[in-house]
Amino acid sequence: MRLKHVVITGLGAISPLGTGADQLFTALKAGQSGIDRVPELEKIGGLGPRIAGLVRNVDPKQIPRKNRRSMSRMSIYALLAAQEALAQGMVDDITRTQGRLGIVLGSTVGSAETMEAFFKEYLQSKSIEHIKSMMFFRIMGHSCAANVAQSLGITGRTLAPSAACSTGCQSVGLGYETIALGRQDMMLCGGADEFHPLTAGTFDIMHAASTAYNETPDQTPRPFDTDRDGIVCSEGAGILLLESLDSAQARGAEILAEVVGFASTSDTSNIANPDPAPLTDCMQAALDDAHTDITDVDYVNAHATCTIFGDEAECRAIAKLFGPDIAVSSLKGHLGHTMAASGALELIACVHMLRTGTLIPTRNLDNPAPECSGVRLLRQVEHAAINTIIKNNFALGGVNCTIALRRYTHDR
Amino acid sequence: MTDNELIEKTNAALAEEFELDITLLTPEASFKDDLGLDSLDAVDMVIVLEQKFGIKIGKDPKIIQITNMADLYAYIIAKKNELAA
Repeated sequence: MRLKHVVITGLGAISPLGTGADQLFTALKAGQSGIDRVPELEKIGGLGPRIAGLVRNVDPKQIPRKNRRSMSRMSIYALLAAQEALAQGMVDDITRTQGRLGIVLGSTVGSAETMEAFFKEYLQSKSIEHIKSMMFFRIMGHSCAANVAQSLGITGRTLAPSAACSTGCQSVGLGYETIALGRQDMMLCGGADEFHPLTAGTFDIMHAASTAYNETPDQTPRPFDTDRDGIVCSEGAGILLLESLDSAQARGAEILAEVVGFASTSDTSNIANPDPAPLTDCMQAALDDAHTDITDVDYVNAHATCTIFGDEAECRAIAKLFGPDIAVSSLKGHLGHTMAASGALELIACVHMLRTGTLIPTRNLDNPAPECSGVRLLRQVEHAAINTIIKNNFALGGVNCTIALRRYTHDR
Repeated sequence: MTDNELIEKTNAALAEEFELDITLLTPEASFKDDLGLDSLDAVDMVIVLEQKFGIKIGKDPKIIQITNMADLYAYIIAKKNELAA
């Protein structure tokens, strides 16, 4: 039961394409790649991918030491993105700190880099005598959410879902439900992750990481393309400020878009490979929640991580629900897979698409794969009146998520 | 190492670890009120000093009572003297 309408009033992004939500959209429109060669990966025995999408030019020291001491890189990215979203939403100090604002923010795992440091010391010394006090605060599963809440004085609820690639999308969905039920007036929602060889190595072990483009990193990943060869791991943070329509109107906040539907379902057919039918069901459930017909949807922003099986399954699922004429693209070709941040960063891009009437095509889609061609894959920027967008994210573990976004019109 | 050298080395270690202006590290400086350090910083301070001076502090009840730089200097000097004896 939805008691309140939920709108978006702030965006914040730290990604391989730069700092800021506007910069993200500018780079996406320009067709830029955030993927680079990472020489350190060459030193890891057996690791195929030598590329990643890393965040550049972020100075952690802009965050006071007292707050920063418990943060790994992912929390730093998340805090900077959250500050941007709050600034855009013009949320004043009292509103931020007096209980009206909550946060739902997750990551795939706690800081692997910090875990590595802990176990390096612990396994060598068999002692904890030289372990500093802040290590666990970077490792714990809700590190990002807790650090951002502490830094910003957020006294509403702190939630920290962890659903790998679906985390960002699920966070926005949970924030939407929290506000719709009237539990909070506003929620900072999103996901964050920091690159570590653990993630790239995990996909490589499963033969799901891109390895054929190490010398030409901007040519991968390749969503829906015949020559796609897997995921490229990236890092970053995306944060959306969700708010009840009542609250936004009372504050005079600029409304950027409306969240009208959310679904999160489980695919128990396989822990790693998605099946089209549950993906279709998830999208249908989000449409049902939004009270929206498939004919009202203008565009689907796909998860499409560039794996052989995943892209095909998603295309089949979208085609079955929406038919062959639905416009579809994936932003992984620009950003790589920012993991827990991907859903939030891609939703931020979707908000810009709604507001500007600009659909961003898939980067590196030179030769659409026959098994992905059942929908209208965007290969160049398109301008059109866009009212409703469906955003998908599907995670290892069988966690499917879909968000329905609608353009906000003041003449409602 | 002279007492002054110990003090300078202590100041340098704490300034680096806690990103403090070294001019704030005077004998009368209070950890909490003047340097903004809390109990978690105190835990890390012990590790930093152990590594810097090659001494064992651990959960020594004496270190827990220390709240300012003058007492910390005296503690470090005493520890080093114990080692030298």
